[in-house]
Amino acid sequence: MNSPDGCKRIYVDNAATTKMSKTAINAMLPYLDGIYGNPSSLHTEGQRASEALVSARERIAKCLGCTAREITFTSGGSEADNQAIVSAARLGERKGKKHIVSTAFEHHAVLHTLEKLKKEGFEITLLDVHENGLVTPQQVADAIRPDTCLVTVMYANNEIGSIQPIAEIGAVCREKGVIFHTDAVQAVGHLHIDVQEQNIDMLSLSAHKFHGPKGIGVLYAKKGILLSNLIEGGAQERGKRAGTENIPAIIGMTAALEEAYEKLDRNTEKLTVLRDKLISGLSEIPHSILNGDAKHRLPGNVNFCFEGIEGESLLLLLDDKGICASSGSACTSGSLDPSHVLLAIGRVHDIAHGSLRLSLSEENTEEEIEYVIKSVKEVVEYLRGISPIWRDLVSGKKEFMIK
Amino acid sequence: MALYSEKVMDHFRNPRNVGAIEDADGIGEVGNAKCGDIMKIYLKIKDDIIEDVKFETFGCGSAIASSSMATELIKGKPVSQALSLTNKAVVAALDGLPAHKLHCSVLAEEAIKAALKDYYDKNGIEYDHRLFPDCASCGHCCEKS
Repeated sequence: MNSPDGCKRIYVDNAATTKMSKTAINAMLPYLDGIYGNPSSLHTEGQRASEALVSARERIAKCLGCTAREITFTSGGSEADNQAIVSAARLGERKGKKHIVSTAFEHHAVLHTLEKLKKEGFEITLLDVHENGLVTPQQVADAIRPDTCLVTVMYANNEIGSIQPIAEIGAVCREKGVIFHTDAVQAVGHLHIDVQEQNIDMLSLSAHKFHGPKGIGVLYAKKGILLSNLIEGGAQERGKRAGTENIPAIIGMTAALEEAYEKLDRNTEKLTVLRDKLISGLSEIPHSILNGDAKHRLPGNVNFCFEGIEGESLLLLLDDKGICASSGSACTSGSLDPSHVLLAIGRVHDIAHGSLRLSLSEENTEEEIEYVIKSVKEVVEYLRGISPIWRDLVSGKKEFMIK
Repeated sequence: MALYSEKVMDHFRNPRNVGAIEDADGIGEVGNAKCGDIMKIYLKIKDDIIEDVKFETFGCGSAIASSSMATELIKGKPVSQALSLTNKAVVAALDGLPAHKLHCSVLAEEAIKAALKDYYDKNGIEYDHRLFPDCASCGHCCEKS
């Protein structure tokens, strides 16, 4: 990858967003140019767009293992999460069920929606995710009450990459008759997902996490689950999501998803090797720790905490070296608190500020990984050299938290 | 527009006066690791002049740049002038800071004041206590939470 000034750049922030694939771009182009009709229009131009929409819905459904009727197109993962949770809450409310089970390290699209429902009188149980970033099906079983209307657990965590036992959690929910939603934004296109086999009632996904366009996503809702509208104003999406369909993005997403499924096994194999090489290289840095389970982990996710340094300066210096990464430090978010995910797995503030997330794609190479390892080592050492905390740790005035 | 001015990036990439002074006449440390920024200032003072100043900072880009700029602004200056350094002067010299990073410049001002207070205390010099408000009073930090 090259920057506009021709310098070599290494993009390892694929959990934030991915580069669009050529396949997805090429699939979109005709719908930006020639086939620009509104699928609701009766004329030929409109009907051609409508046909493309029908076909895209079927193809997406096939990838997920559901029917086309169960697919609702949304503006992305956040909208899908919002709509899923609000819909289940409204269904529950009617039966006097106002309790929801989730986890402490969900994406804010989930947590903030739950906060909103809490203000309306819902009770929310957030399960502990332990130091490895995993919840157990038993925790879910224990948390479900007679008045539970929804369990929502993310498929894979966006920061630390830990993959939850989704099929097993789904089985628990089926047995107890509770709707199960999963925010699968980080998982779709990267892991084998079949909503039927894995007992998933509702699932959110976002196209730009698997080389599709931004601003488009899907909410899968099992037949029989009545969705509540977030957006009123038209009969699109069976009346459950108003607004003229974003046909080019939907087509791009469909092409990207099919391509991701087709390459999934090959990519997983390649990424796992790169990921483990990166983890083992960064583990050589003294007083560093891997965040998230080493085994049950997204194939492209690496997340570390380095004691004695702060994440934003780490990112800025890596950027100077051509590396695009991300951090859970408070300073990168504009808030005073570091990542709620790192706090949820028990990292104290001091340590969480010094976090680094590297998320790989199949375009990364071994040479790039070696360069990233070398660069992170250099930058961490430099920043520790000017850190008063590091001085206190090394001199024994303070005790290391990461051994 | 980039997050930081070129001045900030310059001081972040090439911090001036970074390090420690072993036989410092005054040392000040402010902030806390919980908040994500700690600044430590070392002063060497002779004949009421800041002869040398060094800093160590744990923190974001603007924290490192603010410390660096603050040390430049007081080096070689009389103690009285160092004492009157404001965070606004640091921000102006850096060609501005994003709103949510202004507290970094406050920390730089406080770190210098803390080091000067330490110098006064060590040398038994009388001073007006109102010049050194309690750090916790500024309210930027999560110290109270």
